[in-house]
Amino acid sequence: MKTVNKQQIIPTTSARTLTFNIFRHNPSDPSSTPRMQHYQLAETDTMTLFIALNDIRENQDPSLAFDYVCRAGICGSCAMLVNGKPSLTCRTLTKDLPDVINLHPLPGFALIADLSVDTGQWMQGMSERLETWIHNQHLAEIDLSQVEEKMDPQKARDIYELERCIECGCCVAACATAQMNDNFIGAVGINQIARFELDPRDERSAKDFYQLIGSEDGVFGCMTLLGCDDMCPKDLPLAQQIAFMRRKMATR
Amino acid sequence: MKTIYTDALVIGGGLAGLRTAIGIKRQGFDVIILSLVPPKRSHSAAAQGGMQASLAHSVKGDGDNEDVHFADTIKGSDWGADQQVARMFVNTAPKAIRELASWGVPWNRVEAGEHEVVIDGKNVVLNEPDSHHGLITARNFGGTKKWRTCYVSDGTGHSMLYSVSNQALAEKITIHQRMEAICLIHEHNRCIGAIVRDLKSGELVSYISKATCIATGGFGRIYRTSTNAIINEGIGAAIALETGVAELGNMEAIQFHPTAIFPAGILVTEGCRGDGGLLLDADLHRFMPDYEPDKKELASRDVVARWMEVHIRKGKGVKSRYGDHLWLDIRLLGEEHINTSLREVKEICQYFLGIDPVKELIPVRPAQHYSMGGIRTTPDGQSSTLSGLFAAGEAACWDMHGFNRLGGNSVAETVVAGMIVGEKMAEFLHSDAADINISTGTAQKFYDATASRLNSFYNPEHHESAFAIMKEMQEIMSSDVGIFRHKDTLTDALAKLTTLYQRSKRIKVQSKAPGTNPELTTAYRVQMMLKLALCTTKGALQREESRGAHFREDFPNRNDEDWLSRTLATWPNEAQQQPDLHYEALDIMKMELPPGWRGYGAKDHLDHADTAKRQAQVDAVLQNDGLDRFEKQQQLMPYLHLLPEEFQAKNDRVKFKQQK
Repeated sequence: MKTVNKQQIIPTTSARTLTFNIFRHNPSDPSSTPRMQHYQLAETDTMTLFIALNDIRENQDPSLAFDYVCRAGICGSCAMLVNGKPSLTCRTLTKDLPDVINLHPLPGFALIADLSVDTGQWMQGMSERLETWIHNQHLAEIDLSQVEEKMDPQKARDIYELERCIECGCCVAACATAQMNDNFIGAVGINQIARFELDPRDERSAKDFYQLIGSEDGVFGCMTLLGCDDMCPKDLPLAQQIAFMRRKMATR
Repeated sequence: MKTIYTDALVIGGGLAGLRTAIGIKRQGFDVIILSLVPPKRSHSAAAQGGMQASLAHSVKGDGDNEDVHFADTIKGSDWGADQQVARMFVNTAPKAIRELASWGVPWNRVEAGEHEVVIDGKNVVLNEPDSHHGLITARNFGGTKKWRTCYVSDGTGHSMLYSVSNQALAEKITIHQRMEAICLIHEHNRCIGAIVRDLKSGELVSYISKATCIATGGFGRIYRTSTNAIINEGIGAAIALETGVAELGNMEAIQFHPTAIFPAGILVTEGCRGDGGLLLDADLHRFMPDYEPDKKELASRDVVARWMEVHIRKGKGVKSRYGDHLWLDIRLLGEEHINTSLREVKEICQYFLGIDPVKELIPVRPAQHYSMGGIRTTPDGQSSTLSGLFAAGEAACWDMHGFNRLGGNSVAETVVAGMIVGEKMAEFLHSDAADINISTGTAQKFYDATASRLNSFYNPEHHESAFAIMKEMQEIMSSDVGIFRHKDTLTDALAKLTTLYQRSKRIKVQSKAPGTNPELTTAYRVQMMLKLALCTTKGALQREESRGAHFREDFPNRNDEDWLSRTLATWPNEAQQQPDLHYEALDIMKMELPPGWRGYGAKDHLDHADTAKRQAQVDAVLQNDGLDRFEKQQQLMPYLHLLPEEFQAKNDRVKFKQQK
């Protein structure tokens, strides 16, 4: 145990001045037009885009709008295009980016202002449409004082694997179909159905799921470009789940 | 003035608010949830490690039951909790787990047969019986006698929040996203709704409701370093305080979590230590056994966090450019365990620290984590002083946590309180008390006052910056009202915060653009947050003892004789600069578990005169062999009458065969 630990000194990076080109537009303001605005900021150690954007807001431009909640990579609020790539910005370190950083709001969602988009309403609409909850006729009859139903431990882990989705919207932003078809449910929606299809507590049949996703707006709308799979910040097996659900829906 | 009418208004779309709303809706009432953010983004999602409930289905939970969970919770609270509420909680928690299981939470399950775990730094083989295979399992957490924390990998809060949120959609509950209640409408000690700001359009809207529930979580963001989400600014508690009628309880009871990554302050779960992780110092020495020979890393959070800071003060911290820290070592748990049961921890380490915790140590230091205090309520969840106002979850001082909350008891509280308070609100709505006899002119009055408050930030004579004031407040709280507290620094902090509060009245907002206006949002919030900071600081200054997370260097002992009480703060007059404080005594003669030693931490508390008397009464009942454990409990402290009928039943468990 008595080894010298290299971690004891947090490495410093040489000080850079970063240039941020940030998309600005406030749809609530009739005088606002979409534009790119430039900011300069001195980089600091372990700076994330969360830290950088707050610094710009507090010291340069108090009107700059963006969304953060957990700032720990678990709530899915802060996805943006970072140099064109959908990313969770709270956990994006500036040291991994070039000197010039272009930030755009996530495409495919209603713009609230600047970098803030309404992923929440989109995701709620998706959940309501796909009924992303356990459908079980006996739900109301369950006696909560009685011992729970058993579940295969591996099955529980497999369900969690798909439930790890944080509805950040990166897969929708990275999806060509979603950009062309507003009704496409996206990899996020297909993954939700895969999660409930796997769950023995959900009594819906393959036919029921087909009603929900067996169309061009659902699993057959996917063009297999799989930007979703490349961009998912949680590394969900989206390509696999899309293929699986497509086969399941085609052969039901 | 746009007005929306509803039977019930629930402010806050996290676990507590969602579950409360489901209960109300199921009783046939209309309910609207207001949420600052999409509900699935609420801070409930950040609860990684798990939820306590005494299912007793894993072999290390053998023998667990409500009594053990109750005792752990009360000791954890350092006897500051309301014992009846804690009883209501422990009896309902197993039902909450089972309800969540039926709604889709993929709880980790017991696997029959032998498997290796790490306990106290050593590999140990546990053998789970076939009879328990597939039942809900549990992991170890601090301050608990049994392994009681049910979990879903280390994304427990996420899974719970998604399941409950989806269930709210299934039950067609109306959710208004990105809406912030910034003023409660009330008259004659009766709350009838809220003035709400639309965070997208900037518009103000009145919501008139027969019953209103605040479930907005904690107020950790009054501190600079906090594990809390940045939305945890305590505005729900602040608008209750601003009524001048509702009381806030125990605002000085602030929990610091031992393992926030350094320096970012992001939480890594207590499950790291529960699963066998160790705390090391600059010499890579495991120091917790030196301070806590029995519970070691798994004493309660207040105790572990305090010893960590003591150890750093002794010069044993690891030096870094941001200050000193300690190490969390989970390497001994092995790659497979980390990749399956601690994967969020692994991701956080990778993204924010650039390290792999399978091979490297995690730099940690305690950071603000939880607000035990909040809106003081009765066991029904209703404000003791403002009728029609309810509170649930971290926003409330219901008060099952007293001066220190156990890990795994917070997400448990959210859903349990939601189940109970939802029923109680429905009961209220069924009763005559639900009638509103207040004119809409009252709502207009509050609407106008709120609009004028927002306009005040454009006064040309103002010049203060909202962001600067926020920063100063957070610095003061972190440096002077942290883990170690002292009369001198608290007095100084109170004076500085009072000045800061006066300055906040002269905040100038630059941006006049309509719609979302982040600067304006910060401006009104920081004014309110300063009131909470003043409650915390004044409460900490006046409480001349140490209890749970509240530690006074100048009064290091728990003092039951003078301080077995709950601090209550009010702000009756908007013109005053500090809150009024008064105290509610806790009655030892009604306690099921009279005060004593917690089993960890300091032993030298000062007893109350009633303690010995009550202990003798309790012992007499416990020694009565003619009674079973439920009968003994009911004799000592009846509580079942406080629970909705459907949650009163005894909890069934699958027994272990070898059990005596």
